[in-house]
Amino acid sequence: MNQTKKIILIVLFSGLFLLLDVLISPRLNPYYLQILIYCGINIILAVSLNLINGFTGQFSIGHAGFMAIGGYTSAAFTFYLGPKILETLFFPLWFSKPLVFVLGLLLGGALAAFAGLLVGIPSLRLRGDYLAIVTLGFGEIIRVFILNIDAIGGARGFSDVPKYTSLFWVLGFTVLTIVVVRNLVYSTHGRAFLSVREDEVAAEAMGINTTWYKVTAFVIGAFFAGIAGGLLGHYLQYLHTNSFTFIKSFEVVMMVVLGGMGSITGSIVAAVILTLLPEVLRPVKDYRMVFYSILLVILMITRPQGIFGVREFNWDWLKKIFSRKKAQAEGA
Amino acid sequence: MQEFIQQLINGITWGSIYALIALGYTMVYGVLKLINFAHSDVYMVGAFAGYYSAHWLGIAENPSVPKAVLVMLISMIVCSCLGMTIERLAYKPLRKSSRLAALITAIGVSLFLENGGQLVFGADPKFFPQLIEGQEIWSKSGIVISNLQLIVLLASLTLMAILQLFIYKTRTGKAMRAVSFNIQVASLMGISTNKIITITFAIGSALAGAAGVLVGLTNPKIDPIMGLLPGLKAFVAAVLGGIGNIPGAMVGGLIIGIAEVMTVGYLSSTFRDAIAFGILIAILIFRPAGILGTSTTEKV
Amino acid sequence: MALLELENVCINFGGLKAVDKFNLALQKGELVGLIGPNGAGKTTVFNMITGVYPPTQGEIRFSEKKTNGLKPYRISKVGISRTFQNIRLFGELPVIDNVLVAFHQHTTSGLLASVWRSKKFWLEEESLVKKATELLAIFGLDTLKNEISKNLPYGQQRRLEIARALATEPKLLLLDEPAAGMNPQETAKLMLLIKDIQKKFDLTILLIEHDMQVVMGICERILVLDYGVTIAEGPPEKIKKDPKVIEAYLGEEIH
Repeated sequence: MNQTKKIILIVLFSGLFLLLDVLISPRLNPYYLQILIYCGINIILAVSLNLINGFTGQFSIGHAGFMAIGGYTSAAFTFYLGPKILETLFFPLWFSKPLVFVLGLLLGGALAAFAGLLVGIPSLRLRGDYLAIVTLGFGEIIRVFILNIDAIGGARGFSDVPKYTSLFWVLGFTVLTIVVVRNLVYSTHGRAFLSVREDEVAAEAMGINTTWYKVTAFVIGAFFAGIAGGLLGHYLQYLHTNSFTFIKSFEVVMMVVLGGMGSITGSIVAAVILTLLPEVLRPVKDYRMVFYSILLVILMITRPQGIFGVREFNWDWLKKIFSRKKAQAEGA
Repeated sequence: MQEFIQQLINGITWGSIYALIALGYTMVYGVLKLINFAHSDVYMVGAFAGYYSAHWLGIAENPSVPKAVLVMLISMIVCSCLGMTIERLAYKPLRKSSRLAALITAIGVSLFLENGGQLVFGADPKFFPQLIEGQEIWSKSGIVISNLQLIVLLASLTLMAILQLFIYKTRTGKAMRAVSFNIQVASLMGISTNKIITITFAIGSALAGAAGVLVGLTNPKIDPIMGLLPGLKAFVAAVLGGIGNIPGAMVGGLIIGIAEVMTVGYLSSTFRDAIAFGILIAILIFRPAGILGTSTTEKV
Repeated sequence: MALLELENVCINFGGLKAVDKFNLALQKGELVGLIGPNGAGKTTVFNMITGVYPPTQGEIRFSEKKTNGLKPYRISKVGISRTFQNIRLFGELPVIDNVLVAFHQHTTSGLLASVWRSKKFWLEEESLVKKATELLAIFGLDTLKNEISKNLPYGQQRRLEIARALATEPKLLLLDEPAAGMNPQETAKLMLLIKDIQKKFDLTILLIEHDMQVVMGICERILVLDYGVTIAEGPPEKIKKDPKVIEAYLGEEIH
């Protein structure tokens, strides 16, 4: 596919997302719209975590920390610097507001990526369980750290974040995350990530700089988690560290494990399932976590590879289904 | 100076509780190479078992030492059974699976106990009844030691001493050490590894149960999530001392307890929970084998 | 100029001296064997050459440049590749991916190019797959290229490991017990394969082996290690008759 075609596709899809936003958002029941937005955010979280845990084989259970950094940083930017930028820029508001938003999100992602770099460093010397605990610890340290900064709300939380997140942005960033991670994984770099997961010693012997790849996985994964955090903050218009605890990290881990570590399709499907499930289980809300935990244990015992294992959605599957249907129709 | 000593005493008290919990983590990691996330919740169940049995025995009206010991024994037995059940139902099926699967399962069990606890016990905190009359037994130059603190310390030390004797002077203890060294070779030498693993869980959980009752003595507020933070800190203590190393868990527990109390006393209470993580990251970067641990290198 | 030089290389593990004053001068194009009883330190020598462990003393030079202390991936880039005593394939990955990973160090597409998928990226991927398939064909594995590598029979896994090692385009190939677990027919085929690839890829080969058929059959020169010390060195005929070597393997002669 040549470069111009790619750019045309990007423009077309952006237009499509914009259209969907303009048509659907005002008409859809706000509850359903919220679910859609949460689905998108969770897909971004699951796919980005899968890069670290599933494809590179690192045990990271502190993803919520990166989310928090992204959320709070972008909110601080749009809240404090946003108005000043909007005043000074000469562009019309319908352009400069999204610009401020995107800048804020990117800044949040960048800072989260930097945190990913810091968290990635212990990963160089630690394996498995120990790494998991350290990532958990980092998540907690980040949370405590944020709690102590009054300028972004501290214990009261950060209120009055401008409502910039819309279906357009969520669709856009979700697709972006999926495409970036997928393209990365299905490339020579992706094979390098996988080799780190499979056998680090052999990977090093074959010329793979495993250190670089481990840290890079953390950095990229954290970046997208930061974006997700920013999207969430600018939707709820409120941020509190209670949303970014270990429980949140664990929910993302559940999505990755349920979908299949090493399957992007799996992460997408599982993210959607685990976004919808709490809503479906709302009548028995108190039993929800008990149900989840039992489900998790049973899943690990019976099917630890998750729904998709390491397989991805394939156009060939559709072709197979259609050719089978065609054969049936012709045979009849 | 006297404040320092007071803090030290408080720290040792907390440290002994962390040490008791840490022993469970370190023993299970030693034999199964698994971080038993659910261990902290066994500790919580121990506290509640103590609570309910104390009420059932009508202790609040007549606190006495023998009854307190009985409550602790009941709690230890309950937790022991709980630990063995968890091992049999959730961990045994995963012995051959990947470490991540086992870790996630352990987290799942932990969440199950916490949320189940909230459903069964109710989410709001309960107050542990007084098992023994609290008295100041030393109150000079501004330093106050209560008999309860002394009891916590003595009980913990007694239990740890019994454990040391068991591990180093009995055949079962030797078998446990063998299994934690190399489980495959141990089974080839005729040791029933399943039995040893069960015993390990039984003992570790019993100690957590004891810790749950002892904590009820000095900090009576209990709730279903009470295990989360102490559990994490006790785990750090186990790593600090050298995971898999039993004396190490005891040393680690005391250090964490003292460090935590000192941080709250001299720095700020908001950092109380973060200090344990800070210590963890520091150990894992500078001396991953822990204070008393031995490092093993992977054979290439 | 020797391609690989080890000068008085020693390594201690704790109090144990695993290798003591090991010396080796490997000329370009040689096929040299490293033998000795189990635990003699042979794999440890390999690990030092490839950077897994730095030597405690002594110097290792490749093409006259010192390589002590370099990380394994750098040593791979310098032109040294290896196989492992216990097979270390990327088990869950398909056969061809194992080889493609080893080609990675010679690729030029960066992360951004992989995401954007420029024309250059596609051309490179295509050429990589083509090169990999050709390489696999030499080992008779090209028909299996999409099989998950852990499902391959043992003998093919060993051959795949060698193919993978060659994909890094090395000048020096270290083979750690390549014939382990093979029956006599497979071993004979392996011997031919090794001589074949040595010629085809212009390789220098250092080989650890227990199978004397292989060692005596293809090695031009042999070094014998026992308890970390070199006890004999020379051509196969000389080594076969050396009493110290016999004693090391079989214990003292019974008179």
